[in-house]
Amino acid sequence: MNELLPFLPLLLRGAAVTLALALLGLALATALGALGAVGRLSGRRLPAAAVRGYTALVRGVPDLVMVLLVYFGGQRLLNDLGALVGLDRIPLPPFWAGVLSIGFIYGAYLTETFRGAYRALPAGQADAARALGLGRGATLRLVLLPQMLRHALPGYANVWMVLVKSTAVVSVIGLGDLVGVANDVGKSQRAPFLFFGFVLLVYLGITWVSGRLFAAAERRAAR
Amino acid sequence: MKAGLILESWPLFAEGVWITVQLTVLALALGLCLAVPVAFVRLRRVRGLSALADGYVALFRGTPLLVQLYMVYFGLSQFEWLRDSWAWALLREAWWCALITFALNSGAYASEILRGALAATPAGELEAARALGLRPRQVDRLVLLPAALRRSLPQLGNEVVFMLHGSAVASVITLQDILGAGRALNARYYLAYEGLLTAAALYMLVTLVVVGVFRALERRYLRHLALAPVRVRSRLPAMR
Repeated sequence: MNELLPFLPLLLRGAAVTLALALLGLALATALGALGAVGRLSGRRLPAAAVRGYTALVRGVPDLVMVLLVYFGGQRLLNDLGALVGLDRIPLPPFWAGVLSIGFIYGAYLTETFRGAYRALPAGQADAARALGLGRGATLRLVLLPQMLRHALPGYANVWMVLVKSTAVVSVIGLGDLVGVANDVGKSQRAPFLFFGFVLLVYLGITWVSGRLFAAAERRAAR
Repeated sequence: MKAGLILESWPLFAEGVWITVQLTVLALALGLCLAVPVAFVRLRRVRGLSALADGYVALFRGTPLLVQLYMVYFGLSQFEWLRDSWAWALLREAWWCALITFALNSGAYASEILRGALAATPAGELEAARALGLRPRQVDRLVLLPAALRRSLPQLGNEVVFMLHGSAVASVITLQDILGAGRALNARYYLAYEGLLTAAALYMLVTLVVVGVFRALERRYLRHLALAPVRVRSRLPAMR
């Protein structure tokens, strides 16, 4: 254990990077998921087909492949776009490549979650809100979204749990997250078991705490 | 896009598909063998064993597969007594480390699926088996387990897809699986994404095959459910 203590600040900073990556990824995924659900539910052919293609793509490709594609392919794309408008090389840091890929992947899963939550609502709810004279925005905000929350929470919690574990693969493109730091330090200190053991405990802690939080949130939404 | 280079490198990718399929299938088979006793132990609350099984499942379901793989591949080499033991012949090989990690990981997820299916078996089914004079062991082996396996078929299909995708981390510890082949192609010709795109397409292809196989299995083994109104299958595998 003594080997680990001097590196504790470094490891905790790595854990903060992991958490930031997961939270920003979740934010992007939530936005994409909402957009995707709207596209699927809109009933228009083109948006629905685009969203179906998006989810099919995500279903078929492993998260690590997506991260590498976004990082290397995205950098190339940025270079080409930059050259087109006469800009210098715009760097794509591993952290943002990670946020983009995690958000892109889990946005597809959240599309399904949100769509399911919307379809779980009885059609009469929207009709009743209309009958009361509420506009489209007000109907959504005051009547539909609060009820969708309850149906979406279990799925949302599930996506978060998988998303958190998925952040580990971003270390492969050289991010100094918890896994990346432990990998570097563990090898240089010749104590990989100790350092990766610490990483396992942190992930267990994150999943345990968020499991508790989501359980409380679900109880609150279902009260 | 350098399509010629990709086509020329087909042996590289064929080998990659073979390694990915090999690792995935073996890990799933071993994982399922592990999952059956673990699920029973957790269902029956066997004293002493239950706590161990709970801990195993919580550890492997609560942490990233990549870190589990690092733990086995890099972590275990920290112990000299292990390096001197017979097990080192296996543990120094990336392939065996990947297989062991994937099997343990898959076993944890599959046991959770199975436990749910075992617990959801209608009591009447077991009563009927007992009424026919089957001993408790026979009820487990001939009625409970087959029924639970059959019922968990859709979720096991998801697990197969997740293991297939999860196995891509094997490329990080030098294995030339599908992703490994793609990265090798990129490195050899200084490409940015051609190899990765090919790998992505191959993973999609294998995924489609797996989904097709499980559809066929479900049609066969869950035929009694086909009479009920057909449930619309989700476009994505349910998150595990």
